[in-house]
Amino acid sequence: MQIQLNGDPRAFEAEPTISELIASLGLTGRRIAVEVNEEIVPRSQHDETRLADGDRVEIVHAIGGG
Amino acid sequence: MSERMDIPGDQPWHVAGREFASRLLVGTGKYKDLDETAAAIEASGAEIVTFAVRRTNLGQNADEPNLLDAVSPERYTLLPNTAGCYTAKDAVRTCKLARELLDGHNLVKLEVLGDDNTLYPNVVETLKAAEELVRDGFDVMVYTSDDPIVAKELEKIGCSAVMPLGSLIGSGHGLLNPASLAIILENANVPVLVDAGIGTASDAALAMEMGCAGVLMNSAIAHARQPVLMARAMRKAIEAGREAFLAERMPRRQRAEASSPMAGRINR
Repeated sequence: MQIQLNGDPRAFEAEPTISELIASLGLTGRRIAVEVNEEIVPRSQHDETRLADGDRVEIVHAIGGG
Repeated sequence: MSERMDIPGDQPWHVAGREFASRLLVGTGKYKDLDETAAAIEASGAEIVTFAVRRTNLGQNADEPNLLDAVSPERYTLLPNTAGCYTAKDAVRTCKLARELLDGHNLVKLEVLGDDNTLYPNVVETLKAAEELVRDGFDVMVYTSDDPIVAKELEKIGCSAVMPLGSLIGSGHGLLNPASLAIILENANVPVLVDAGIGTASDAALAMEMGCAGVLMNSAIAHARQPVLMARAMRKAIEAGREAFLAERMPRRQRAEASSPMAGRINR
């Protein structure tokens, strides 16, 4: 299956949960926020939320800005 | 708390039920590195610090230092900014991401831009976004034009603070329309802060002398040759301007008026 991750296509063999996706990116424990198909997925639901083919996923963090 | 509290007659200011002593709000963009960012913010005495929300770099640089390590949410009130958003929809999404990022913190700086050249606020989209954010429980500090009618509409929608530009973002031109700012200040029942356009300390002092609750700036500090020194200058300018406002300036006169007594001069 394939998702759009921060605007780029990315393929997976199975359908990962958001926690599994974050772990595969080496981002576990980082201060990030996740949106799937333009809806926030709260941190408390990362373990149980499974991604599906075609999902648009955004992973964001804080950077310097005015 | 700083020595600001010792100024006779001054009080902390409030926004959305939160209390602050410092009236200088600073951004975290454009610094050389996070050490310089942290040092400048420290020198500014700011309690409210803005940041941006962007896609996380995936793959490479997974260990790069995080802004929130240098600017701790425990120490500062972090104000997520929707800079870079050109539609109400994107601004609302960004605020929701920021709320998730900061574990439910709901104070945001709304900024919806019109075009790349001017970064002038698109007030139509700003009004739409403000309505939706207020409805969703956000406390909204809103960047807007210096149009007094728009400022009042944003207040009516329920924004917690109205923040007109002094001049274009990053331009350093200072306050180009003080007459309009004066009308906004006169009409407002929420804090008015100048956001954008400050170039140097006197610009910030002028905004405070006019009665602004505070000033938000980024480039004026980050793009000074010596940012930490400018941060200190801005801290003093904000305090000087505030004290001058409270002291109430002398009237302007058309003719001179000697400070020394005329009586007892030796030449008569």
